[in-house]
Amino acid sequence: MSRLKTLSRRGFLIGTTVVGGAVVFGSYLVARPHENPLADDVTAQQATFNPWIKIGPKGITLITPHADLGQGTTHMQAILLAEELDLELDQFTTEFGEPAAAYYNRGFAAEGADVVAALTPLAAETVRGPMGAALKIAGIQGTGGSTAAADSFDKLRQAGASARETLKLAASQRSNLPVEQLTTERGAVVLPDGTRLAYTDLATEAGALDPVQEVALRPASDWRLVGQPTERLDILDKSTGRTVYGIDLEAEGMVHATVVTNPRRGEMLGYDAGTALEMPGVQGVVEVTGGLAVLADSTWRAFKAARAINFDWGPAPYHAEQADHWAEVSASFTDARLNATWRDDGDAGAASGDQVIEAEYRAPYVAHQPLEPLNALVTVTEDGVDIATGHQLPRFVQTVAAGITGHDADQVRFVNQYAGGSFGHRLEFEHIKRACEIANQRRGTPIKLTYTREEDFAQDFPRHIAMARGRGAVANGRVRALDLQIAGAPVFASQGGRMGAAMSGPDNQLGAGAYSAPYALPDFRVRGYAVPDLAPVSSWRSVGASFGGFFLETFLDELIHAAGADPVAERLRLITDPVARDVLSAAAEMAGWGRDPGPNRGLGVALVRSFGVDVAEIAEVEQTEDGLRIRKVWAVADPGPVIDPVNIENHIQGGVIWGMGHAMNCEVTYADGMAQQSNFHQHAGMRLWQTPEIEVRVLQNRASIAGIGEPPVPPAPPALANAIFAATGTRLRGMPFNKTVTFA
Amino acid sequence: MKITVNGTEHDVAAESDTPLLWVLRDELGMMGTKYGCGIAQCGACTVHLDGVAARACQHPIGSLEGADVVTIEGLAGDTDALHPVQEAWVETQVAQCGYCQAGQIMQAASLLAGDPDPSDETIDATMSGNLCRCGTNLRIRQAIRLAAVKMGA
Repeated sequence: MSRLKTLSRRGFLIGTTVVGGAVVFGSYLVARPHENPLADDVTAQQATFNPWIKIGPKGITLITPHADLGQGTTHMQAILLAEELDLELDQFTTEFGEPAAAYYNRGFAAEGADVVAALTPLAAETVRGPMGAALKIAGIQGTGGSTAAADSFDKLRQAGASARETLKLAASQRSNLPVEQLTTERGAVVLPDGTRLAYTDLATEAGALDPVQEVALRPASDWRLVGQPTERLDILDKSTGRTVYGIDLEAEGMVHATVVTNPRRGEMLGYDAGTALEMPGVQGVVEVTGGLAVLADSTWRAFKAARAINFDWGPAPYHAEQADHWAEVSASFTDARLNATWRDDGDAGAASGDQVIEAEYRAPYVAHQPLEPLNALVTVTEDGVDIATGHQLPRFVQTVAAGITGHDADQVRFVNQYAGGSFGHRLEFEHIKRACEIANQRRGTPIKLTYTREEDFAQDFPRHIAMARGRGAVANGRVRALDLQIAGAPVFASQGGRMGAAMSGPDNQLGAGAYSAPYALPDFRVRGYAVPDLAPVSSWRSVGASFGGFFLETFLDELIHAAGADPVAERLRLITDPVARDVLSAAAEMAGWGRDPGPNRGLGVALVRSFGVDVAEIAEVEQTEDGLRIRKVWAVADPGPVIDPVNIENHIQGGVIWGMGHAMNCEVTYADGMAQQSNFHQHAGMRLWQTPEIEVRVLQNRASIAGIGEPPVPPAPPALANAIFAATGTRLRGMPFNKTVTFA
Repeated sequence: MKITVNGTEHDVAAESDTPLLWVLRDELGMMGTKYGCGIAQCGACTVHLDGVAARACQHPIGSLEGADVVTIEGLAGDTDALHPVQEAWVETQVAQCGYCQAGQIMQAASLLAGDPDPSDETIDATMSGNLCRCGTNLRIRQAIRLAAVKMGA
């Protein structure tokens, strides 16, 4: 077995230890651990065993480098470390850690290869290399693509186990007792006579040892924290208003700023800030890319002055009118714009049968708009740049900032923060760039940039727009052929382009959620078409699968109905994979599929595999006098081993609400080159009065762990659309659905 | 002008059209009350104004002379204590990103103060002005029911 294969099987090598700043590297070239970012930070009394654990006389700090956007990564990472380290949840603090190559995301190398390829200058094939070796060397630290759990699951438990055994070794040397006689619990090594040696007391001695490697991980049956309901570490602060988000940061001498940039994303041709400059508290305006920043002594004064500026905006570098966006997409189902064929089983092009069915589907631009508006606290001095805000790609924050201020990337100090949501929004850099542009013109002054909601909406890079054309055939009461063409904006090209990386070539987000379907249709083809000249777009929770699942599962439903088959039974007949079959069967069983739901009611089902995870959802809707009401949703997912059962339920429910809410009533449209939606009254999603009960079941048959942040989203729109068809006979082929039907 | 926030009287310097939200955050340094939309569409800035839930982004400070304001920081009275609604929020583990939750909690506390045993319809109607983008909607409903029990409904 090759060295790479060996490493891949073991997954992670604990190879770094630091004593008083001396760094020890491991022995494998490709697996050589990155420089421990805590090395500069440890004092003579502290030891750091690896980049995730810092133990000193005064306490224990666990470093949780995956950005916490609300998905609970801080807690997830901490309990993985604490599990093997035998810490209880009240015995440590957590920090996000600084940007460092050591925190490269292993998860990106597997399911998320294309995601990271889009977010980095690396080619996709490089990212997909053996165990992501190149990725490791490049040290991509990122959070996205539902990869945090996959990245962390073995790695952090091994880190905890290595630290624990090293502490035991230190205790053994101090006590002259063999390691085999020592145990650990509650942050201490326990001697046979019951004497407790606290980790904090052993830190200095342990730091002088080579870390113990090759520690066998405990079996799931021994877990105290992982897989158990635990109280999330951030839940108390988030229930008392004490959590500090980026928008809450303050600094001595700080000046507030807000920006107004061209809502057409073009140039600023001119402006008149005369009135604004006379307003109370205003400390000037500075030009930034595509617009102006207003500086003031309070957020409100900056906001108010920004509204008093008159601008002359240049034209949009894309179609100005929404109808032309759709026309461009509609005209793109051509050989010249064929981007890739993602699946080609049998001979779907020759589809024939008792009945041939064709249909066309649409998915609009949709905004991210997490509730915390974009913000950043930035100080630029001759010596470096300090940046604090919540972001998913810390090391790229450094390079983006350095590119503006002229510093080296390692002179940029980035401190991540709890983020008030992201859904892909905090993969972008516009707020980082604007804040750095402002601060670079006011060197020495901390600049606190806060976006207005309206500016945030105007500058949001929305979910990519797409259309699908389906052609399918049924014969003998069965679906036999399905040929799906998806044309849309290539999101990775758009996103990568803003990071200076040309990303032409196959974009699997023009097929995701469709080509991955676990169905063995005799003839099954999925092709993607890349449409030019559309608005710039970005990854939006579940990315291409957010419409790929809708297109495939709704069209499949049409075919199943045309065949006169049962939507669950026919899907089960087509499924070859036992994991997916169990997921769909469980959802059908929970929903009582096959029962008569009563008058004006209907059930709809959808099954989508995205980010490697099968999720089935069944919706029950009722046509009432006031409109459609979603009565209940059943959701079943199989992401493999569960780390936090409370959080996973919360996430699946949230994913259903996100998916259905946006499918019901959200879109971004362009007129005169500008997004027509400016705040939540025009892009609300699902509010409480429309929210059904959502019953969740999580199966754990999948062999390896996968993420859950995104996979619950894609099945939600088709399950709802299929239920509405069952209840009313109206087939919904375009989102948002409220353009066709009325919701109560 | 003077306003009382969480039992403490403050002299406020901001001009009269400044929304309470920004007085709390920028002038008084109380960051628990959040800016989300600025147009009363999200409820992240919900506080209690003379005992009733109100959107702090919609109340210019000039209209609040002598007003009694309670924010998330003062809801439980004592800084170390939890209001029963907060206890319910912790036990139910409502929050994901948490950014809307201070506003949700303030709205829920106001609801229960006026209606100790609200119907599901009342809960839904009252809480629909508070937007959670993460979709913790079901846990919000569940936590309000739990809080009602805790408060002796």
